[in-house]
Amino acid sequence: MRRLPVSLLVGGTLLLVFVACALVPGWFAPYNPDAFNYTALLARPSGAHLFGTDQFGRDILSRTIWAAAVDLQIAIFAVIFPLLIGSVIGLFVGWYEGWLDIVFGRLVDLVVTFPFLVIVIAIVAILGPGLVNMYIAIATVGWVFYARLMRGEVLVQKHADYVAAARGLGYSTPRILFRHILPNAIRPVLVYSVTDMALEILLGSSLGYLGLGAQPPTAEWGVLIADGKNFFTQAPWTSLFPGIAIVLAGLAFSLTGDGLASLFELRR
Amino acid sequence: MNELLRVEQLGVVFHAARGRVYAVDGVDLAIAPGEVLGLVGESGSGKSVTLRAIARLLHEEAHITGRVLWQGRDLLTLPARALEQVRGAGIGTIFQEPMAALNPVLSIGLQIDESLRAHTGLDAAGRRARARELLDLVGIADAASRLRQYPHEFSGGMRQRAMIAIALAANPKLLLADEPTTALDVTIQDQILRLLLRLVSELSMAMLLVTHDLGVVASTCDRVAVMYAGRLCETGPTAQVLHAPRHAYTDALLRALPGEGAARARLQPIPGMPPRIDHPSPGCPFAPRCTHAEPRCDRERPAMQDVAPGRASACFAQDRLGVAA
Amino acid sequence: MSGDILSVAGVSKHFVGRRGVLDALRGRPMPVVHALEDVSLAIRRGETLGIVGESGCGKSTLARCLVGLHQPDAGSIAWDPAALGGRPRFRASQMVFQDPFGSLNPRLTVGSALAEVVGVHRLRPKSEIGARVRELLEQVHLPADAAQRYPHEFSGGQRQRIGIARALAAEPLMLIADEPVSALDVSVQAQIVNLFLELQERLALTLVFITHDLRLVRHLTERVAVMYLGRVVEVAETQALFADPRHPYTQGLLKAVPTIAQATRPAGPAITGELPSPLAPPPGCAFHPRCPIAVARCRTERPALLPDPAAPGLARERSAPDAHRVACHLAPQAAATAPA
Ligand SMILES: Nc1ncnc2c1ncn2[C@@H]1O[C@H](COP(=O)(O)OP(=O)(O)OP(=O)(O)O)[C@@H](O)[C@H]1O
Ligand SMILES: Nc1ncnc2c1ncn2[C@@H]1O[C@H](COP(=O)(O)OP(=O)(O)O)[C@@H](O)[C@H]1O
Ligand code: SF4
Ligand code: SF4
Ligand SMILES: [Mg+2]
Ligand SMILES: [Mg+2]
Repeated sequence: MRRLPVSLLVGGTLLLVFVACALVPGWFAPYNPDAFNYTALLARPSGAHLFGTDQFGRDILSRTIWAAAVDLQIAIFAVIFPLLIGSVIGLFVGWYEGWLDIVFGRLVDLVVTFPFLVIVIAIVAILGPGLVNMYIAIATVGWVFYARLMRGEVLVQKHADYVAAARGLGYSTPRILFRHILPNAIRPVLVYSVTDMALEILLGSSLGYLGLGAQPPTAEWGVLIADGKNFFTQAPWTSLFPGIAIVLAGLAFSLTGDGLASLFELRR
Repeated sequence: MNELLRVEQLGVVFHAARGRVYAVDGVDLAIAPGEVLGLVGESGSGKSVTLRAIARLLHEEAHITGRVLWQGRDLLTLPARALEQVRGAGIGTIFQEPMAALNPVLSIGLQIDESLRAHTGLDAAGRRARARELLDLVGIADAASRLRQYPHEFSGGMRQRAMIAIALAANPKLLLADEPTTALDVTIQDQILRLLLRLVSELSMAMLLVTHDLGVVASTCDRVAVMYAGRLCETGPTAQVLHAPRHAYTDALLRALPGEGAARARLQPIPGMPPRIDHPSPGCPFAPRCTHAEPRCDRERPAMQDVAPGRASACFAQDRLGVAA
Repeated sequence: MSGDILSVAGVSKHFVGRRGVLDALRGRPMPVVHALEDVSLAIRRGETLGIVGESGCGKSTLARCLVGLHQPDAGSIAWDPAALGGRPRFRASQMVFQDPFGSLNPRLTVGSALAEVVGVHRLRPKSEIGARVRELLEQVHLPADAAQRYPHEFSGGQRQRIGIARALAAEPLMLIADEPVSALDVSVQAQIVNLFLELQERLALTLVFITHDLRLVRHLTERVAVMYLGRVVEVAETQALFADPRHPYTQGLLKAVPTIAQATRPAGPAITGELPSPLAPPPGCAFHPRCPIAVARCRTERPALLPDPAAPGLARERSAPDAHRVACHLAPQAAATAPA
């Protein structure tokens, strides 16, 4: 067995902590995240409230922990649809090449010239704020990156002799694509998706902060930061700790992604 | 015998992640001036590692034991500076994949020039003239314009010729060649082998030729050493070894070749699988596949013994062979 | 001999390469690789036909055309309908690949790869697929428990057996083996060659054996086609070809092969020069830049593949199926200069 890369160990452990928080927040959160406590408004971090409280006396630690569920959900849903759509499209583009590839190439050029965030914001602005619309916006653009990766991998795999053998055996194209090529081409795509989750958390919380993603009172890290920003000078902890959570979650995903990549010795 | 290079009890162990790999184990070789010695064996038998150990081209993770004597000095313990000199002036090396050994972004001329600058005292004009001479020598026509070209503009055969020219730049007395023609077509292989033989006799060089092709050995080598699982099986004059082997492995290998029996007759494969060198056996490594094996072959390691003038074999059955199995 | 199972007539295959933007602007034409040019061959039922030639001469392209992986640009590949007996064309011939590592899907167990072939084409009822897989493994001498294992768990020789079993699963009439033993060690090569011989006897297979190893061709095949730059330059019974090669290229090729018997160092070059680029094959006889006996006519006029008038007996007859065919203007003279 190969030794596990350090980045995978660190990232994976961190990730496990977040997943645990997301699955059973009640076990970790000392307070009800939505319970008001008028005796401790904007309380600074202390033994009772490790991360302090907000303007309603809600425990920041508890809210940050409960928000993990929403943010991990964002990480998953913002990635899974682009992943599925992009992989299938990439599979076909790589296989057929020709005009399909030319059209796809133009599309890629188009998408990469605009900042991802700007396009997503524009789409959400049209569809209206909210998590579902945010997922739709992300999927509309995000699949291109997955498709590009998949296409490249298919271009390599389709010249392998095992694919020639499958063609020679008279297998149908969908069978060759989905049963033979896909399992051999998907690995870099999956590894990328883990790294991508880091970016999607940042994106999701940015949109939450801007009021375009998760809507208050849902506890979401971006929303929490936005909540705290008015009191930032008096009570910086209200925004600081959710911010740290975002950074750590992002780190967890990218370390895990990097670790998986080096574990599988993927070329980058 | 008057020796140019003498290898004594060469051992190479790699400390790989999965454990130790005994790639070369107790190899003795000697090459006389002007002699062509073939080193044959199947894939993974340790031919390339032997050659690289002699040239000290192995990486740090390789643990090398034994001695490699060159003009009375042990190359394995030589300090880096002195080693550079020996490598340059005494020992040239060529490899199977010239594309991997040549620098793709430097012109052929520059690469020959680099070698000349490192190993000769020639001035710029002298080096240019010498570079043209070298290309002529290795049979590359139109030398002047060829020197300006890059490796990718050369065909496989041309690259191998260029590689040879670079190795020759330092006037080596010994050429180490690791499967120099394996990647080439037969007609080109034929050309390169002829070239190497011509150079060996014209420049009175010696050559260690690593190959897995017994036909190549037969038509080019004065003497041959057969390897299996990192160990030497037998050594001797080529014709004698190939026509009357004294080691059961050499014997089996020769019988496995097509062309001996009638057309479309079954060949005589060596049963079983190639050996594992991560768990070397205490006895003869060939024992599990050997039709001549006797009980002690599993336990006792056969030592290299002289079996005839100039011939040695490490096989308990060395005098039982020849009678068809 | 029971007639031709497959006839290849005038098959050409060209690959259009990429050209740089600059070349496109200069109006240069797209580079075209002439991988196969006007290849005609008849393959007889049950025979072993060898195809030899240097790398890039079109052997694999021909193989891929034969199994339908490439569509020829010109010419036809026609199966004898009687021999096909109603089976779909793609199942009539199956390929065995050179690379024992790349030709197996690393994600499928050996058993599921074999079962897939049988299942997809409904060659056996569902309940009998397992038994068929065991039978296939037995045919290539792999243990039955190989079915549960993945390709990476096998050695090169064993993987080649798996590749052969997969080809056999389609129940083909003909196996096309593209350098099937080139990646293997001598001792393992012999095992696979024996397997081919055995399968041919057991299953009455026709075998097209592509290789650059002339020793193997001589041992294994009954007829040989020699290719040079996309063309067949000589076809003959194996014995006749080795005993009396007619084409100067074949002669040089045979001389270039180092053999164990020949213990002397070769004297005087066999074939000089290198294979010209298939992007721009020389006009006339493609071999003329390297041919030791070329004459003016060779540079302009392409020699056709014709029965050799100097060949002994029946082989001379134009219509004779066993004709020793040569594509050389000077075939009769070439015979005179052939090595003894
Ligand atoms: N850097 C390394 N680390 C671990 N094992 C190695 C290393 N280099 C070589 N080996 C092992 O040493 C053994 C001998 O290798 P070597 O390259 O000398 O074989 P060879 O006889 O030249 O074979 P081939 O004909 O395939 O070139 C092999 O089993 C190989 O896997
Ligand atoms: N898919 C392809 N695209 C472009 N050129 C090809 C392709 N396949 C083969 N060729 C070219 O066609 C020629 C013949 O190739 P091939 O049939 O593989 O030769 P061989 O098997 O005899 O070594 C070569 O020049 C090769 O580069
Ligand atoms: S020593 Fe024994 S096992 Fe080894 S080759 Fe000789 S007879 Fe065979
Ligand atoms: S046709 Fe001319 S060039 Fe071609 S092989 Fe014959 S003699 Fe040589
Ligand atoms: Mg080697
Ligand atoms: Mg090929």
